[in-house]
Amino acid sequence: MERNAAIVKKPVGVKRKTARYKEFAWEKSIAVLGSISIVILALIFLFLVKDGIPLFRHVGVAEFLFGDTWRPISEPPVFGILPLIAGSIVVTLAAAAMSVPMGVGCAIYIAEIADPRAKEFLKVVVELIAGIPSVVLGFIGVLTLAPFVQEIFDLPTGLTAFTGAVVLAFMAVPTIATISEDAIYSVPREYREASLAMGATRWQTIYKVIIPASSSGILAASLLGVGRVIGETMVVMMVCGNAPVIPNTIFQPVRTMTATIAAEMGETVHGGDHYMALFAVGLALFAISFAINAAASGAARRRGAGA
Amino acid sequence: MAKETAQNPVEISVRGLDLFYGRFQALKSVGIDILKNQVTALIGPSGCGKSTFLRSLNRMNDMIQGVRTEGVVEFEGRRILDPETDVAELRKRVGMVFQKPNPFPMSVYNNVAYGPRIHGSAGSKSDLDGIVEESLVAAALWGEVKDKLKQSALSLSGGQQQRLCIARLLAVKPDVLLMDEPCSALDPIATLKIEELMRDLKNRYTIVIVTHNMQQAARVSDRTAFFLNGELVEQGDTDEIFTRPKDKRTEDYITGRFG
Amino acid sequence: MSAKSSERAAFLALRICGCAVAAPILLILGLLIVKGAPALSAEFLLSAPRMGLKEGGIFPAIVGTVILVALAISVALPLGVACAVYLNEYAGDSRLTRLIRLSIVNLAGVPSVVFGLFGLGLFVLFLKFGVSILSGSLTLAFLILPVVITASEEALSSVPKSFSEASLALGATKMQTILRVVLPNALPGMLTGAILGVSRAAGETAPILFTVAAFYLPRLPSSIFDQAMALPYHLYIVSTQVPGASETVKYGTALVLVSLAFGLNLVAIIARNRIRKQRKW
Repeated sequence: MERNAAIVKKPVGVKRKTARYKEFAWEKSIAVLGSISIVILALIFLFLVKDGIPLFRHVGVAEFLFGDTWRPISEPPVFGILPLIAGSIVVTLAAAAMSVPMGVGCAIYIAEIADPRAKEFLKVVVELIAGIPSVVLGFIGVLTLAPFVQEIFDLPTGLTAFTGAVVLAFMAVPTIATISEDAIYSVPREYREASLAMGATRWQTIYKVIIPASSSGILAASLLGVGRVIGETMVVMMVCGNAPVIPNTIFQPVRTMTATIAAEMGETVHGGDHYMALFAVGLALFAISFAINAAASGAARRRGAGA
Repeated sequence: MAKETAQNPVEISVRGLDLFYGRFQALKSVGIDILKNQVTALIGPSGCGKSTFLRSLNRMNDMIQGVRTEGVVEFEGRRILDPETDVAELRKRVGMVFQKPNPFPMSVYNNVAYGPRIHGSAGSKSDLDGIVEESLVAAALWGEVKDKLKQSALSLSGGQQQRLCIARLLAVKPDVLLMDEPCSALDPIATLKIEELMRDLKNRYTIVIVTHNMQQAARVSDRTAFFLNGELVEQGDTDEIFTRPKDKRTEDYITGRFG
Repeated sequence: MSAKSSERAAFLALRICGCAVAAPILLILGLLIVKGAPALSAEFLLSAPRMGLKEGGIFPAIVGTVILVALAISVALPLGVACAVYLNEYAGDSRLTRLIRLSIVNLAGVPSVVFGLFGLGLFVLFLKFGVSILSGSLTLAFLILPVVITASEEALSSVPKSFSEASLALGATKMQTILRVVLPNALPGMLTGAILGVSRAAGETAPILFTVAAFYLPRLPSSIFDQAMALPYHLYIVSTQVPGASETVKYGTALVLVSLAFGLNLVAIIARNRIRKQRKW
């Protein structure tokens, strides 16, 4: 018979209650913790609404969104965020115009052209760029890029929308490059082979077959890169000059939505109009980031459906 | 109905088992008695449902989403498909060896000790040592690994890994061993060793083996069941099935006319 | 232009893209090292700022950052791992799962300054933690949660299903299987994710602006309800708010911060590549 007295065979029965409760408790707590990100997102929204919306008891929504003057500490204060929105848009568009071609080009280079060593090197470089704290890039921008820009374009100050856009473009490259690269890799090899077999050059294959086939992924990558730029705070606060006026050219100082929050929150009275106005700006940013994410995942889904 | 050939009592009794993957019916009203201390071989072409059937004997199909079963599987008088069944306890008694050897990436010792540890069945370290040795001996592996119990199980050869998986299973003291093509990833010599081991093990355990290799079924099993398209076509003593099959489809399969 | 020469032109342009991405980072690193390295002395690392932050060291800022990220990761890691376990092991393709995934993606896209507002609203004011280490590290923890979840999930899904099958077939419960087989094998990957999270948290400035950061605090914090200095905020202050701060202080601070963030990133990248190579299954 059994040599080990310790082994007692139990009939297979209904699960014991304690065991069942233990599994149940474990499973439920995992599920609750698993849902934490929903809770956090909801809390963020809730607190932005709670501290931002009361502003509209004193200030009209249209006046807030389309007012062309942001003078929060004059008497009486004026809360029109159009200059801030304009600042964000100018900086973001300029940065996107630089970083999308660079990022996508870099992705194509890594995925299709570079030899293995260059590829490894660039991949590490891209990851390192993603790892540089933004405040360091802001610091470098202030100390080296701004004087350079001032001199070249003969400007009264080097702290301009353009300067910020250059730094932001650099920051957005990792997002755009890595996601585009994934999209390019997911193009089936048969496409490539079919094109090459018909006598197309590698470049013809790239721009006639591979780029079209991965275009929705590249679009999603670009949108996420833009999202990164629009949400960036420290660089724009340090490099863009912080003038809350609607700019005529990109060589003027601007102040973005993010920089406004970061620069002014320290001086506000908690619960005051200025405080609430900054939360309302935060709410607008939150909505923008949501919209960008929705657009990006829409683009990515189209890829799934198209392929 | 199965013919009660020997005096061996019934270990697992299956009646009218239907199994669906979504809308696809993978098993159609399967009925069979698995006899104690015998080796039952399940044969049939790929996709005939033999592995699916094997996995319903210890409810491993629970892991796959969208699987629905109907019918009765009785083990020790308990209907194990009943949702209330303690599945962990069932699997402790009806264990499984898989197609590809799947030792955990830990030492040989810890692999075998895994079961006793989770079930808290070893009272002391020396108890545990005893169970580990006993199981490795029973799986005919002790001689080869007794000096490398601390080594990673992944350093063993494929055949050794599979016997380690058997030892790991024996350590939880099951009654039934379900083997899902246990030799399909092994070379002929390792296969022979496992077959030898099965003949040895059936004195203490009931074995059900899925195999696509008919020579293997003929060599190791006492009883054979032939599956085709989710149906259990024919079952009986292995000698009978292989020499005088009653169903034309069984004969075609055995003589290699399809599959 | 022939197909061949247009190919040559295009490849040249793409190669320039690659260089244009790689060159600035090398220049930046070079600049930081050349200008920052002379500042790195034991005195700089281990003493407090002097003369209105224009001179002296950065010790309180280093300590503050270490405390902040240590607390942040010790909150974010358990939460992130639990979330990843739920998504990978329990949740099927349900509405809840899709909602969780959607919220993770969106959480990752929320601007960091908005996290700062949230931390101010919830922790500092509503929960009355005040401007404190507790508020700041919780804000950072939520900020890095998506990074930790994503890395943990990748680590979990790389553990072969055959391991859990083997464990379940031995009569282990699902909980035992996860705790004894799945998690130990996913651990290295999860730690990689944790390091990436730490590196991210160490470099963030906007979320700590209104939740914890102190302009100047000569003594070290004594409880989690104290304010603290932090490296990224300190760099912001000395480079834009303190006219006449010495070059050594500025570049030294930047170099220390970058080394911290890069060092951690590099460790994570190397560890990840090694795990991928060493995987035996």
